[in-house]
Amino acid sequence: MNSNNAQTPPSGGRGASTLFDKIWDAHVVSTVDGGPTQLYIDRHFCHEVTSPQAFNGLRTRGLKVFRPDKTTLTADHNTPTINQDQPVNDPISRNQLDIFARNAVEFNLPLYFPLGHIKNGVVHIIGPENGFTQPGMTIVCGDSHTSTHGAFGAVAFGIGTSEVEMVLATQCVLQSRPKTMLITFNGKLGKGVTAKDLALYMISKLTTGGATGYFVEYAGEAIRNLSMEERMTVCNLSIEMGARGGLIAPDQTTFDYVEGREYAPKDEEWETKLAYWKTLKTEEKATFDKELVFDAADIQPMITYGTNPGMGMGITDSIPTLDEVDEAGRISFQKSLEYMGFQPGEKLEGKQIDYVFLGSCTNGRIEDFRVFANFVKGKKKADNLIVWLVPGSWMVEKQIREEGLLEILTEAGFALRQPGCSACLAMNDDKVPAGKYAVSTSNRNFEGRQGPGARTILAGPLVAAAAAVTGKITDPRN
Amino acid sequence: MGKYITFTSSVVPLPIENIDTDQIIPARFLKATNKDGFGDNLFADWRYNKDGSPKLDFVLNNPTFGGTILVAGKNFGSGSSREHAAWAIDGYGFKAVVSSFFADIFQNNALNNGVLPVVVSADFLAEVFASVNSNPKATLTINLQNQTITSNATGKSETFTINTYKKECLLNGLDDIDYLLSKKEQIEAYEKLIK
Ligand code: SF4
Repeated sequence: MNSNNAQTPPSGGRGASTLFDKIWDAHVVSTVDGGPTQLYIDRHFCHEVTSPQAFNGLRTRGLKVFRPDKTTLTADHNTPTINQDQPVNDPISRNQLDIFARNAVEFNLPLYFPLGHIKNGVVHIIGPENGFTQPGMTIVCGDSHTSTHGAFGAVAFGIGTSEVEMVLATQCVLQSRPKTMLITFNGKLGKGVTAKDLALYMISKLTTGGATGYFVEYAGEAIRNLSMEERMTVCNLSIEMGARGGLIAPDQTTFDYVEGREYAPKDEEWETKLAYWKTLKTEEKATFDKELVFDAADIQPMITYGTNPGMGMGITDSIPTLDEVDEAGRISFQKSLEYMGFQPGEKLEGKQIDYVFLGSCTNGRIEDFRVFANFVKGKKKADNLIVWLVPGSWMVEKQIREEGLLEILTEAGFALRQPGCSACLAMNDDKVPAGKYAVSTSNRNFEGRQGPGARTILAGPLVAAAAAVTGKITDPRN
Repeated sequence: MGKYITFTSSVVPLPIENIDTDQIIPARFLKATNKDGFGDNLFADWRYNKDGSPKLDFVLNNPTFGGTILVAGKNFGSGSSREHAAWAIDGYGFKAVVSSFFADIFQNNALNNGVLPVVVSADFLAEVFASVNSNPKATLTINLQNQTITSNATGKSETFTINTYKKECLLNGLDDIDYLLSKKEQIEAYEKLIK
């Protein structure tokens, strides 16, 4: 582990700083001798699953929440996606939600958004949507996909519950400084290729541990051309290659997105902040511990075939054969294919599936619903297919109605569920049954992630839309 | 927490790579609001059949293997940040996890719960799996003070890294919150500075 202190030049800096260095260095409160950095946190997001034990800890020690105004709470993981106005059926889940609510009251936390609240939804969707997420910030949450917020040029990362307790108690965490990596995507994405495909492609190249120990900056023409929501999809998936987080330098796209949101700075404060945000970029002479370059034109629509997000391939490709896999990894590879019911060397295009899930913090934003609705417009949902369309937040849900997307979806035979994490981790009733195949826009295809025995094929919203109308794995470009 | 200074134990081998936290503790067990009882559901989907009976071919159900050291394939603990994974491993009774590579968040979570993640070389790991294969009672000795791990079957030893702060915490039973609380004044000074 690294033991830099505030006085020594940042890793990779050698005088010139990367975007990551600038934000990190601006938040160092102290450095522990031979140990981690004490980092100040600007925004802390909490949800009901990883926070109760942290609040218990505060209670045991007789502590208050140090900065309630920097703490945002939303119930999202363990929540139903129907009848949210009624009491939750499962008594254990209900208890967890009740305790979350009680903690918000007991610890005086005004930014608490319970089920049904217009600001409620998946934590990584409501943060940006309401303007809590801003460039230059340090952001944490007891959730690994906190990396999503890096899309705004923030240092955002997931933490465990002990660390949640630390942030609640002191607005600080102890972290060792990660190494830095630059991943550049040159050129333009092809037609029918989404930000999700770009990310799945990258993870398939790096593997699930390929960026462990690093904080990644994404750059290049293909990244610059992404909308704010697409950037969130890319940064969201940073953790799937092991990275502590991923970030993108803020630019006009970022500023336009943030401006006017409820918790974003206003008036004079906006001008001051904006001037600072414009300085948030990697200096030309700065170097990274590792640099990788990809060509966006090489990317096609992606799907996964195995049980980790690194096991991805182009939709028209074949699963690797045994010879193509490292010897050390063969047992795991075979175990994974066995679980999925696939053969080495098999092609998956045209394969029958059972479920489609559109949603999650990866692809549950309004643009994802636009892409999906646009594709299915005038077509019909495939028979015998169960399709869960789960908006990431109530604001996304509202927009779906206001933009007329709901009519298009209904016309095509689809129904909308209520917001939450839903089938992304299947803590609620949205579980894919054992042995069934789900094309899912979420982020993890681990064994049992979408329900015990469920078989997950990760994909972008466009591949999901194509699968929803054909009932098969289908190349959306055809 | 003197238990860490040095200890010797037989091991539970799990030679699978990329074991993610959803395997360590599946999401449906995350509804609890305290830290107890997760050990019973450690590796639940590999360990139990649908009806709750043990899957006899899984290593935790095989009486041949046992001990307080879990040895796993590379990239252990990837995926979700759930600290429940560390609580489950600790709750089951493991004091250390040995692998050639750990995911970042898991490593922090383990250390924050007194479970020692020990990173060894790929060769050392392969040899441990091999020696346990030929003798399930083969033991490892872990010495935190000296930062060494020794395979008593082969006599081979390696040093492992841990940052000195975390090592002191483990050896002396201190935790991060105590440290951070002692820095309140500095935190408030920092806040004035950024205003
Ligand atoms: S949508 Fe999935 S990945 Fe995102 S926060 Fe919820 S459970 Fe985690």
